[in-house]
Amino acid sequence: MTATNTAVVAKYQNNFLQEVEANVEEGDWVKMCMQCGVCAGSCPLGDAWDHSPQEIFMMIRAGKREEVLTSDSMWMCTSCYNCIVRCPRELPITHIMHGLANYAHRLGIAHKKNPTRRFAKIFWDNVTKNGRANELTLSIRLYFMDGIVSGIKIGLQMVGMGLGMLKTGRLDPMALVMHKGIKDTKGLHAMLKKAYEIEGKRKGYAS
Amino acid sequence: MADEKKIATYICQGCGLGDRLDTAELAKIAEKEGKAAIVREHEFLCNADGVATIQKDIDSEGVTHVCVAACSRRAKTEAFGFDNVAVSRANLREGVIWSQPDNDEAKELTQEMAADYIRMGCAEVSFMKAPISNPNHGSNKRILVVGGGITGMTAALEVAQTGYDVLLVEKESQLGGQAARLYKRQPNREPYAEPLDTGVSEMIAAVEAESRISVSLNSRITRTSGAPGQFSVDVSAESGSTNTENVGAIIQASGFTPFDANKLDYLGYGKNADIVDQMGLEELASKANGNGIARPSDGGEIKKVVFVQCAGQRSDKDGELAYCSGHCCNTSIKQAMYFKDANPEVDTTILYTDLRTPGNGEDFYRSAQRKGVIFAKGQVSAVDASSNGAKIKFKDLILDEDVELDADLVVLATGQVANSGVDIDEVAQNEPGQWEVSVDSILNMDYRQGKDMPHLRHGFQDSHFICFPYETRRTGIYSCGPVRRPMDMVQASEDATGAALKAIQTVENAQLGRAAHPRSGDLSYPEFRKEGCTQCKRCTVECPFGAIDEDEKRYPQFNESRCRRCGTCMGACPVRVISFENYSIDTVGQQIKAVDMPEEFDEKPRILVLACENDAYPALDMAGLNRLQYSAFVRAIPVRCLGSVSTSWITDAMNSGYDGVILMGCKHGDDYQCHFVKGSELANERMSKIGDTLEQLDLEGERVATHEVAITDIQRVPELINAMAAKVEELGMNPFKDF
Repeated sequence: MTATNTAVVAKYQNNFLQEVEANVEEGDWVKMCMQCGVCAGSCPLGDAWDHSPQEIFMMIRAGKREEVLTSDSMWMCTSCYNCIVRCPRELPITHIMHGLANYAHRLGIAHKKNPTRRFAKIFWDNVTKNGRANELTLSIRLYFMDGIVSGIKIGLQMVGMGLGMLKTGRLDPMALVMHKGIKDTKGLHAMLKKAYEIEGKRKGYAS
Repeated sequence: MADEKKIATYICQGCGLGDRLDTAELAKIAEKEGKAAIVREHEFLCNADGVATIQKDIDSEGVTHVCVAACSRRAKTEAFGFDNVAVSRANLREGVIWSQPDNDEAKELTQEMAADYIRMGCAEVSFMKAPISNPNHGSNKRILVVGGGITGMTAALEVAQTGYDVLLVEKESQLGGQAARLYKRQPNREPYAEPLDTGVSEMIAAVEAESRISVSLNSRITRTSGAPGQFSVDVSAESGSTNTENVGAIIQASGFTPFDANKLDYLGYGKNADIVDQMGLEELASKANGNGIARPSDGGEIKKVVFVQCAGQRSDKDGELAYCSGHCCNTSIKQAMYFKDANPEVDTTILYTDLRTPGNGEDFYRSAQRKGVIFAKGQVSAVDASSNGAKIKFKDLILDEDVELDADLVVLATGQVANSGVDIDEVAQNEPGQWEVSVDSILNMDYRQGKDMPHLRHGFQDSHFICFPYETRRTGIYSCGPVRRPMDMVQASEDATGAALKAIQTVENAQLGRAAHPRSGDLSYPEFRKEGCTQCKRCTVECPFGAIDEDEKRYPQFNESRCRRCGTCMGACPVRVISFENYSIDTVGQQIKAVDMPEEFDEKPRILVLACENDAYPALDMAGLNRLQYSAFVRAIPVRCLGSVSTSWITDAMNSGYDGVILMGCKHGDDYQCHFVKGSELANERMSKIGDTLEQLDLEGERVATHEVAITDIQRVPELINAMAAKVEELGMNPFKDF
């Protein structure tokens, strides 16, 4: 349990639906679900989820806070938007899934091992560092996500492609040491910090 | 009009008839075999000149019987509708040239078919009489409405505003019925988001202000007798006085009683005051009048309310309701809003298995979700009400787990039970002359078939849901509202309007001596030869509309104004004494005999089709219209209803050499489509016994087939005919041909 999480639990007590409505992106749509199950049936990755969106919505209403926020289900969403297109109640399901994932991450209780979450974290760190994504370091960080041995293994598998990209000028080896970021990196960092603070204040997180 | 019968036959050459058929030869047949005094061919019979030709013959030549050999009797009915003469139609277009191939090989058989239809048309018309209207008609146009709830008041207002007098009878001391007990109603107008005032008091005021409506409170109907246009009704007040009133039609809006929740002890009802049914909650809400509702047991604050849907409904348990009452989901949504509107912090949960929000309920449902009402899908197995409030055992069907919920108040959504009086199929009926008032009966009819309307299922009155709502099996009496099927207030008001129009229609038809739906406007009526009657009672029992009573001497008494002219009595009569002026044992029997029967070795079988004029015959016509071909050995005769088919027609047909007989009627059973409700069912039963007769004749039972045919079975009808033709080929020719 992180401090942020404890604070939110204290604030909303047992009303998880209210918590979701206040803190999760598009969370105020959750109550409008009519449990038809079209989202669950439309999801191309349905089998890979523990809980379909339909179930997630029902769990939120049933107050299953812990189960929902620590679940890896919403992290499995690939943003194909099939559910949004088909939902007869026009719920922005994809957005809610990402909102829930982000909220769980923010509270520090998100599913630890989920690869989507880890990639997202690596990407965020990479892109915010200089204000622009560095494809080379991003790939390398991704390869070595699970340690040196597996990193070297993946690296060797990708050698052919890497050389090919090098030949055709699609890969700049210099980016390893010198990546051209945006002009005002400091300003960006200040901006992000401020936004984080504002969000924390608005949602009542103990930051 | 001349007393003597003078038949004239007119053969049309239009629509390709002239090209495909040798009309001169047909004319000869009409003259020789059809005994027509006048035979004319016309190149375009339904045009002004053709119609004028016929009218001129009627006016100046003394023609009394007209046979029009042209298109189906269902086409050009206005052009060929002549007053004061009997008219028959030989169907040469849909029945012959459109259903047969247009080539040289087929020409001979097509011509034979047309010749037979000419013989049949002439034979039919010569046994018809021009119908004159029912002489025993009444002309009372006042309309009785039984029941003063939303349905009854709407019907009364609609009837009065159309310009007819109304007598409104209500058993309670005030108008309003169940709706008067509600705090608010579910919305009936845009944006369908908030509960609205019921509008009952405004409606009562409107009824009281309407000069055409007279209201009789604290009153019941203790006797109903008569027929459309001439009903006589005893209205008995609680004080003991009885008035006899005369009315022309009756609208029964006797409504519903809420299901007795005491039968639901496993849901905790009756164990403590915190478990109520929907009507109980309405009472609490009316008392609170917009303020927060207090806990009934101790007056404490209500923090959590749980609504249990389908309580004792959609259930297979004994003593519970098997059906959905249609309004309860919307009602629970409305009641959850009572709490949310007073205090949004109150937790309201609706436990449902299938949420059904008919009409514009979907908007109302959404509005409740916006207000924060929680909906959970699953089944409640038990409610523990041992202390104040309750614990609800609930199986969540989405999350697939058992849950226990605490609640301060539980509302059970119980269903509607129809107030339809006594079940005449269950209760023994009084013998003629010994009739008694029943306190359980709504209408106390003195009809031979019973005191109340027949039920269909679950105690609701028989009234066809889709094809003919409000129509009942008692002519001139129309039912509407929750006595017909479970419904909400919006539907009940619509129902009331429909029944009001039906009642007005029937008094207008009755005063002209004409039939009501579905043979609306038919002037013929049943007659019977008393000296031939054996008093077997079959007609009184089988009449689907309870039109026939028994007189003191036990002869059938036809109340012609109650008759729908289906002819089921005619088909039932074993001694064939019942007939209509233009439809009788002879008008069909002679058609069957008129067909020219080829000899056995001609290899030309004959198949008789007796088709219901409401569905099967139109399907045959449409098959022709779509140029779907069928066997040229068929001779089709429309009948008013399969119930009017006399078994004598079948035995006669078999004796005279027909090789097969097909009967086509409507679907029967609980989801019947028969326009006369029981006609096709009775026919089916009668035909199930025809096998014995065939056996006595040493004929195969497969030669007679009965089929249920819908009006949409356009593709299927030719298939049925061709299947019979194949069957006949397999069985060989009827050996009776040469006798």
